[in-house]
Amino acid sequence: MGALLELSDVRARYGQVAALHGVSLTVEEGEVVSLLGANGAGKTTTLRSVSGTVRRTGDVVLAGKRLGRASPEAVARAGVAHVPEGRGIFAELTVWENLRMGAYTVRRPDFASVQSYFPWLQDRRNQQAGTLSGGEQQMLALARAFLSRPRLLMLDEPSLGLAPLVTREVFRVVSELNQKEGVAVLVVEQNAAVALAAAQRGYVLETGEIVLSGTADELKSNDAVRSAYLGY
Amino acid sequence: MQTFFQTLTTGLSDGAIFGSLALALVLIYKATEVINFAQGEMAMFTTYIAWALMGHGSTFHWWAFFATLGIAFGGGALLQQTVIRPLERASVLTAVMATIALLVILNGLAAWIWSPQLQFFPSPFPTSSWVVGGVHISKQDVGTFGVVMACVLVLWLFFRFTKLGLAMRAGALNPDAARLMGVRTSWLLALGWGFAAALGAVSGMMVAPTVFLTPNMMQAILIYAFAAAVLGGLESPVGAVVGGLGLGVLLNMLGQYVHPVTSELRLPVALGLLLVVLLIRPAGLFGRVVVRRV
Ligand SMILES: Nc1ncnc2c1ncn2[C@@H]1O[C@H](COP(=O)(O)OP(=O)(O)OP(=O)(O)O)[C@@H](O)[C@H]1O
Ligand SMILES: [Mg+2]
Repeated sequence: MGALLELSDVRARYGQVAALHGVSLTVEEGEVVSLLGANGAGKTTTLRSVSGTVRRTGDVVLAGKRLGRASPEAVARAGVAHVPEGRGIFAELTVWENLRMGAYTVRRPDFASVQSYFPWLQDRRNQQAGTLSGGEQQMLALARAFLSRPRLLMLDEPSLGLAPLVTREVFRVVSELNQKEGVAVLVVEQNAAVALAAAQRGYVLETGEIVLSGTADELKSNDAVRSAYLGY
Repeated sequence: MQTFFQTLTTGLSDGAIFGSLALALVLIYKATEVINFAQGEMAMFTTYIAWALMGHGSTFHWWAFFATLGIAFGGGALLQQTVIRPLERASVLTAVMATIALLVILNGLAAWIWSPQLQFFPSPFPTSSWVVGGVHISKQDVGTFGVVMACVLVLWLFFRFTKLGLAMRAGALNPDAARLMGVRTSWLLALGWGFAAALGAVSGMMVAPTVFLTPNMMQAILIYAFAAAVLGGLESPVGAVVGGLGLGVLLNMLGQYVHPVTSELRLPVALGLLLVVLLIRPAGLFGRVVVRRV
């Protein structure tokens, strides 16, 4: 049984600018993996090269199947839920409509279990999603992604713009989804402390290349990671 | 008072035609930011198909009406996939130019296939009137209004209550995010063009009995529809329908009560009015002002 997600020698460029110079990484079934790196390192591009929202070369294999030139909608249907940078909420639609969009490809959506992970959503059903607070929008994005019954959840900086307490709450829900539902998670973070606390393994990306990888504990005690991303 | 009500019903019936074509424009504009200049000629062309199905206009058949809606739907979707979709990555202006090319092509094609002569198009409604309290209400007007509004209602129900309708709205708002949810946006755009074409066909078949069928039949109506859509704010389906109804009533009232407004002056007056509204409210009556960061 191979890994759930396997990238080998993935390269991507925006016009003349190369953003990834051969990234290889794996995510096993049921695992939480975090991807760290400074601004512009290529973290977002790595996620986009999986979800088919940027052109790339190299192999991306999901559960034994090569994704090739698959379109974003095909990758989503194959079981990858990508919560992009900025969350991709439909601001003009209601909370409930956003959730129904999450369940778009699912025949019998499990709204009840979303209810149990995100109980507050019930009271906000008819609120316009754009009027939710940043933390609530991040939670909505998570709930929406979860409704698509993904095998792999990809989160791009879920802590962006959130207060520390709210960030912790978001990661608590992510861990819960991972443990109870067995969803594998690939999470991009600037906030290395929170990300490594939730993850089993991690990778460090620097100018389009993986420079370091290991278990969360190894990374936490690594001097370079400590000085660059943990600040102690 | 009687004249007033008669003018009102005729205005609403004209307005329904403008409004449905305006709605078709708005559907496409919202999904792709393309103004479809071929919308009127698409309606004209499908009305000719209906005319052919009705034994060259001898009698109106509802089956032909519905068959035409189906053909229009398929044709609209096909045009999107073959002409508009390949231009997805080009600028919006390129796609708009393509619709202008379609306008000319469809117009020429219709004249070539069916000749440019005036043709009689049968109406599904009797030419008689109901008399209610001394007011003559034309069955034709009421029928036209009813059919168009029923189609608009069906479309509204679709967008409001079905999963596919929701996905089309989401895809129009944020196509990238919709694709990440597994929405095949390209197909939904084809569907949107199909709906717009079918709606146009309705307006074409409803207006043809009163204006006669010619290849140029829809050109003035398209301009009224543009005016209605812009009045409504271009982004607002409700605005387009309300704009159309308002314009229809207004034009008929002006024609009835303000003497210099003869049929030659209708179009200039309509567009003059449009300018005034836009000078006062640049976003239209139902639109939001788009604040651009510079
Ligand atoms: N749309 C784009 N057009 C051109 N260059 C881009 C584009 N998106 C990203 N880049 C470039 O690609 C490189 C990697 O960008 P990417 O967004 O993947 O970084 P990131 O690690 O996610 O950064 P951040 O932490 O700031 O989000 C950067 O040098 C960036 O300038
Ligand atoms: Mg990023």
